[in-house]
Amino acid sequence: MFVIVDALVIVLLAGGTFFTVVGTIGLLRFPDFYTRLHATGKCDTLGEGLIILGAVVYHLFYYSESLLVPIKLLFLIFFIFIANPTATHAIVKAAYETGLKPWKPGEERR
Amino acid sequence: MLTVFLVIGLSIIATIFLSLYRAIVGPGVFNRVAAVNVIGTKTIVLLVLIGYYFERPYFFDIALLYAMLNFIGTLVFAKYLEKGDLCS
Repeated sequence: MFVIVDALVIVLLAGGTFFTVVGTIGLLRFPDFYTRLHATGKCDTLGEGLIILGAVVYHLFYYSESLLVPIKLLFLIFFIFIANPTATHAIVKAAYETGLKPWKPGEERR
Repeated sequence: MLTVFLVIGLSIIATIFLSLYRAIVGPGVFNRVAAVNVIGTKTIVLLVLIGYYFERPYFFDIALLYAMLNFIGTLVFAKYLEKGDLCS
């Protein structure tokens, strides 16, 4: 039983780390502000949600006597899934209102 | 199982340092604000992993608090950069 739970937790944590690393590579490699936020705004949200979900599964099977901590972590996932895209949208709207032009193919990286 | 948390935490620290490059070098102020927001969200996950690795459940409260502070800070930065003022 514990082997199955360990495998599930490792799969969730590794998937979350994969999405986080992919989002960071996008933040470093893309040519423009908008494309960089396109990479990180979604990959980070999903990756961190998966990592905290793996922590919730780990806690439910190894420390099953205390149920307050998984509720806190689920609330943290809920908050990240609402707050992170909202913050990304706010920065992109601020950049667009101040006149930052989107990148077109053939232009220089900035 | 604790080794898994250690390895995942170290890789999250590596991605935090990679994002710090964009926060230092990145042209313009918006790239820097976006990179600081990304670093803050990664720090939440790092606090959760630290709480499991050292078996201290108090770190989850700090993670919740850090999530709210990071969100409010990013919104305040976005409004200040867009309008040039906070109370307009």
